[in-house]
Amino acid sequence: MEFIWAIVIGVLYAAGLYMIMRRSIVKIILGLSFLGYAANLLIFVVARLTRGNPPLVPNGAEAPIPPYADPLPQALILTAIVIGFGVQAFTIVLFRRAYRSCGADDIDELRTTEH
Amino acid sequence: MLTAVLSGFGGAIAAPWLHRFAPRYAGWIAALLPLALMIYFISLVPAVAGGEALRFSYAWVPSLGINLSFRIDGLSLLFALLITGIGALVLIYAGGYLANDPMLGRMLMLLLIFMAAMLGIVISDNLISMFVFWELTTISSYMLIGYKHEYEKARKAALQSLLVTGIGGLTLLAGVVLLGQVTGTLEISDMLTRGEVVRAHPLYSAILALVLVGAFTKSAQFPFHFWLPNAMEAPTPVSSYLHSATMVKAGVFLLARLNPVLGGTEVWQLSLTAFGGATMIVGSFLAVQQTDLKRILAYTTVSALGTLVFLIGIGTDEALKAAMVFTLSHALYKGALFQVAGSVDHETGTRDITHLGGLRAAMPITAAAGMLAAISMAGLPPLFGFIAKEVQYKATLKEPILIGVALVTNMLTVVAAGLASLRVFFGQPAHTPKHAHEAPLSMWLGPVVLALAGLGAGLLSAQVGNALIGPATSSVIGKAKEIELLLWSGIEGAAGQALALSVVTLVVGVGLYQARSIFGRIAAAAAPLAPWGAEGWYQRIVDGMLALAAWQTRMLQNGYLRFYIGLIITTTLVLTTFMLIVGRVAITVPADWADVRIYELMVALIILAATTFVIRATSRLAAVVGLGFVGYGTALVFLLFSGPDLAITQFAVETLVAILFVLVVYRLPRFGNLSTTGARVRSAALAIAGGALMTLLTLVALASPTESRVSEFLAENSAPRAFGRNVVNVILVDFRGFDTMGEITVLGVAAIGIYALLKLVLAPEHDEHKAAEAPSGDGVPRERAETIDV
Repeated sequence: MEFIWAIVIGVLYAAGLYMIMRRSIVKIILGLSFLGYAANLLIFVVARLTRGNPPLVPNGAEAPIPPYADPLPQALILTAIVIGFGVQAFTIVLFRRAYRSCGADDIDELRTTEH
Repeated sequence: MLTAVLSGFGGAIAAPWLHRFAPRYAGWIAALLPLALMIYFISLVPAVAGGEALRFSYAWVPSLGINLSFRIDGLSLLFALLITGIGALVLIYAGGYLANDPMLGRMLMLLLIFMAAMLGIVISDNLISMFVFWELTTISSYMLIGYKHEYEKARKAALQSLLVTGIGGLTLLAGVVLLGQVTGTLEISDMLTRGEVVRAHPLYSAILALVLVGAFTKSAQFPFHFWLPNAMEAPTPVSSYLHSATMVKAGVFLLARLNPVLGGTEVWQLSLTAFGGATMIVGSFLAVQQTDLKRILAYTTVSALGTLVFLIGIGTDEALKAAMVFTLSHALYKGALFQVAGSVDHETGTRDITHLGGLRAAMPITAAAGMLAAISMAGLPPLFGFIAKEVQYKATLKEPILIGVALVTNMLTVVAAGLASLRVFFGQPAHTPKHAHEAPLSMWLGPVVLALAGLGAGLLSAQVGNALIGPATSSVIGKAKEIELLLWSGIEGAAGQALALSVVTLVVGVGLYQARSIFGRIAAAAAPLAPWGAEGWYQRIVDGMLALAAWQTRMLQNGYLRFYIGLIITTTLVLTTFMLIVGRVAITVPADWADVRIYELMVALIILAATTFVIRATSRLAAVVGLGFVGYGTALVFLLFSGPDLAITQFAVETLVAILFVLVVYRLPRFGNLSTTGARVRSAALAIAGGALMTLLTLVALASPTESRVSEFLAENSAPRAFGRNVVNVILVDFRGFDTMGEITVLGVAAIGIYALLKLVLAPEHDEHKAAEAPSGDGVPRERAETIDV
């Protein structure tokens, strides 16, 4: 079943790459989001998919009951989601700031530090 | 022994404070350190002269065979004594020479750093640690030449020496690494016993070439000689110490050190005698054309370094002994002469010999020391320079061409010695910019001690031979060797022939000195050729590199973000595809439709549809909504495949981002189509290729087996040892707690950055409402609270 997700990952990457090569800064920020989704899914899928058995230890047991989902990639992705959010929030506000200071939405107009 | 090296670095840290609290005595106090080290090294003389090699080792990077290991044998000891002894005198001299310079503390610091690094070179027993010290001397030399950094000439000369010796350093490193691979060790003492292996190895010529470039650049051999005269921009204490007595001899030292490993072959002999001989002649010939006292001395130093390489190249026991004798004799007389030149410059305000003369009356002590040193340089008995020249001639007697090279060089050296002493101290007193008077004690002490040492070594040559030269020669040869060093060795056989050559040298030398005006005419006639000399080529290469750098910056760093991204994608594509093809990676993931549940397929299709929608969206709001669909779709994937924590987090983040976007985007311009159709097609093609590659890589990864012991460990220990039943959460807050801590820090920094960006007031402001500030401020902690559930 992983092969479907391999295709989805490819499409998400392609969308992200296309968007960060635009001139409009809003599109670039959207592109960053796409790349984030793609990377998270990549890690998730590559660790193999498991249906309906999260890595939880049942009461009374010492360890999760196999075949449970691999917890390590999940921990990594959790970190990545949160960091990605920080990056996104920062870029959005940075863009708002840049737009208010320079009045430009076009990244090609932001090539020098002078007005 | 580690202390001996490291104390120099410690002293360097203390030097600026020393200068602040005792500005007048800083040089004297700083000199105590090298003096103490010299006494320590003298105390080792009897043991080393007895044929013992003292070895100390400290593990540094043992896994790579890199150790801070030190070994003192005759060769190291000779150099260590020169470094510490001349170092002490130079520090005292610098204290006097730069007495009123507020930056004296920095000078003393750099000199001490240099001294420690140079000691490190000569007593290192590990080639890598020796290389580290080697580069440290290059860097301290750069700083010292550029000491008067407000002058462009000083900066240029500093950069030139750094580039030339730096390139040599890199090739040396390559040579060292190859040598380590061939011999299987980086310890010099082990390597010395494996010379046979190296010389028979197919990589021998490559190693030799790399090591020679390193040694030749450092020791200013033709055609790399030009940086040394330019380095005379440095204050004179530096020239006296680094650029005559010690640092420039590091290359010679390296050749001597590795002689038992690399030496003795025909190519070794040929390249060393050829380059050394060329350097001897070029250096001495250029020396007599100069009028600047320091440049005269610099070119004779070049010539002397050539002589040392030449003698090591000849490689007979006699020649190696001559190299060691000349190392000592040259360090003594040239150190003294440089300091004399500095004193003359300091007290008269000029060092142009055409404006100097008759200074012996005004500066009697300096003049006496200068004359004594110059006599040693010219090679007159009973000074040590005489012995050096005798043994040098004896070493060349077998080959007429070698005699010729030595003869020409020594004749011209006599002329240079005359220019540097007679011309300055005798004849008519000349009118100088400053009224000449004797230099202070701190500035004549060094020349006097060094000149007297040259005299003493000449008179006590037998003892010097036994204590220093013999052990040093033995280490260069690679086996113990008794040597005899006599001031007067009779007039029979080889000794007589050498003496005859000495007499010829002196007679012709004095004659040439009388006719010295021809050298000035030669210099004037040769001036138009200067752009085609070695330095001209250096300049052309540097200019060419700069032009290339400017060109490729214009091409690659053109300021368009999408160009950079396109370049990154293309590079990754090409390299990865290449590896996939070369590695013949097979992809064996079956398209197993039976295993796909219909609702999973639905989620996948929703994500794909939403993605297409975002790319084609013409309204920002629509794009944000589409992005939200993709995000919630991803969260569903996490939920379907056993990642509930991920799903919760993704839902929360997605909601916050959507709110933030809407609040901010609300006041932003419309979504324009800024790019041309052509640009869009090009990016689309690249993006699709990139996406396809990622799909391919995912499939490759899926085709390879997974086996994670870490995950198993984490799952099994989560409940019993960390007392948490949600393994993912336990990983975050316990097993990888520090990681999460770092993550919180990142978010904190992002939050501060966002706050600062929102509050930042840059004139002129457009309309301002604070509506958009709310979500970012408290969004971060709320989000954390949801994910970490201990």
